[in-house]
Amino acid sequence: MMRSSVLVSGAMAALLVSASLAEAADNGPLKVGFLTVRSGALAAGGRQMEEGLKLCIDEHHGEMAGRKIEVITADTAGQPAVTKTKAQELVERDGAQVLIGPLAAFEALAIDEYIRQTKTPIISPSAAAEDLTQRKLNPWFVRAVGTSAQPYHPFGEYAAKELHYKKIAIIADDFAFGHEIAAGFQRTFEQNGGKVVQKLWSPLNTAEYGTYITQIDPSVDAVFAAFAGGNGIKFLSEYKNYGMQKPVLGSMTTVDEGILKRMGDEALGVISAGWYSAATDTPTNKKFVAAMRKAYGADPGYYSVGAYMACQFLNNALEQVKGDTSNKEAFMKALRNVNITDSPYGPVKIDKYGQPVLDITIRKVEKKDGRLQNVVLKTYPAVSQFWTYGAEEFLKSPVYSRDWKPAK
Amino acid sequence: MNFWIIQGLNGLAFGSLLFILASGFSLIFGLMRIVNLSHGAYFMLGAYVGLSAIEAGANFWVAILLGGAAICILGTLIERFILRRLNGQPLAQVLVTLGIAFIIADACVWIWTGDPRRVPMPSELTGAFRVAHLAFPIYRLFVIGVAFALAAALWFLLERSRLGAMIRAGVDDLTMARAMGIRTSLLFSVVFCLGSALAGAGGVLAGPILSVYPGLDTDMLPLALVVVILGGVGSLLGAFVGSLIIGFIYSYGQALFPDLAYVILFLPMVLVLTLRPTGLFGRQAI
Repeated sequence: MMRSSVLVSGAMAALLVSASLAEAADNGPLKVGFLTVRSGALAAGGRQMEEGLKLCIDEHHGEMAGRKIEVITADTAGQPAVTKTKAQELVERDGAQVLIGPLAAFEALAIDEYIRQTKTPIISPSAAAEDLTQRKLNPWFVRAVGTSAQPYHPFGEYAAKELHYKKIAIIADDFAFGHEIAAGFQRTFEQNGGKVVQKLWSPLNTAEYGTYITQIDPSVDAVFAAFAGGNGIKFLSEYKNYGMQKPVLGSMTTVDEGILKRMGDEALGVISAGWYSAATDTPTNKKFVAAMRKAYGADPGYYSVGAYMACQFLNNALEQVKGDTSNKEAFMKALRNVNITDSPYGPVKIDKYGQPVLDITIRKVEKKDGRLQNVVLKTYPAVSQFWTYGAEEFLKSPVYSRDWKPAK
Repeated sequence: MNFWIIQGLNGLAFGSLLFILASGFSLIFGLMRIVNLSHGAYFMLGAYVGLSAIEAGANFWVAILLGGAAICILGTLIERFILRRLNGQPLAQVLVTLGIAFIIADACVWIWTGDPRRVPMPSELTGAFRVAHLAFPIYRLFVIGVAFALAAALWFLLERSRLGAMIRAGVDDLTMARAMGIRTSLLFSVVFCLGSALAGAGGVLAGPILSVYPGLDTDMLPLALVVVILGGVGSLLGAFVGSLIIGFIYSYGQALFPDLAYVILFLPMVLVLTLRPTGLFGRQAI
């Protein structure tokens, strides 16, 4: 009896101590858990994320709103099950108070429930899956990049109205990212008088694109190719070798700066849309690109700028709460209230679904200063994830998918 | 009509790549009964070695030789110092080759950064060959030619040369071959080198079409397995016919039944395993 009460009071004391430690920690360094990918097929994107994050932390000299920032990095290997374990380790063992990551949408979905349970604020530097900020809203989630389809609503309109294309064939990776991009493009392209006459879905791990390239309807005005990872490299070089002449439109990731540096002349002339181009001609972006080139010898792309901006979001939110994260709800509210007037993206604010409203640029691959660049042709300012449809109308219709609307 | 011709050529070209990949796998398995799960990793590593050679100024043909030579050396070392110690323990051997595959894959990310890369093709083979209004990449026609030449060379080696006779003797009855005075230990090294070199050189050759990226290894290994299971293990003819069948199923199948694109290559394998477990040209159950 005696013994057990000693134990109980001992445990109580320990609890008190740890509680006071936790309180003390709020004036100490802020622990940021960073979920990246260092091994496996997605490692290149993971490395670029690390580079972007590091540059941002260094720019702030490791301190935001008076608090030291301590980044704890975990390698998810791009596998959802590992991502979950790593997120738990970061939160429960290392005491991470906010997470930045993960890379892939299926990783983000794997920890969605855990984030809700533990109420851990998380900033996504890359995962674009539409419903994370639409129909399956997670109150602890905020995204530092566009949704999959966000750039392609304006792009569909651009293709119809300014490029005057009437008939387009779409080829896209056969997974949610590709489906969502294709549907967003098709929606506005067809509303503006164009017609998507063919949709080809190639598996994500398609060995070679010959079979698909030779199926493309020869009567189309252009081909819209939406690829992730290294598939853009494969597709574009084979497209050229098959003697194809029709112009190619791309998704942001088809000609992302992260892989554009590995491409040759086959990429020249590809017009694409995105929320970022390294060639955007603003002083802030020029400074950012120069710093990235100095540190890592390459133009920043999708992943590096995504992680850089996730870190800027964190800074902006911390400044709003004056570095005090003890009230999680207040901190999360600040994260969802991020408002940055000047960034490599241009101005950024966040809608009430946790999704940034972004400037979308139409870019064209050209050779400038001896390297391939996405030269900006046009900017659509302050584009919402819902385009011009309005949130309510948009959310009433089903999420973009493979069968969203067949080609005619 | 055009559809059948062009997809037929596509299938032939892809089947040719598969044959170059699978022939080495089949050769090793036939003689040594080792399911070499590092084969995909050898293929990828070969492509990376070739890429580096080209970037260092070597021409494409030298790069193919270097890719093959490098993987021959690596394969021979692995066979001599690791696999041979596990002689007679097939399960341990399979697991070791799988482990080696993981090590090679991560070493490649470490050395070549994980960026997807395209192996530049020789300039004389770029562009498309045009007849009437059909266009087909010259490089793929070249790959088809290489695969048929390789098939003929391997056939000659196995069926008409002294080395081939020894290998065939080893495949049929290893103990008896040893009793007849064939130096099976040396034979193993030679065959493992040759099989690995085919993977390495094949990786470079495939580089301009497939490009090289982390994950190329795990994309290609199942294809080699499918070909070999379909064609019959250890049979060169089986690997050849199996590759072409899979190539045609790949191209016609993906075009005609796009919704089955993910599984279409594995359906014939299931069918063959059910109806004829030794494969189309396999001689005996293992």
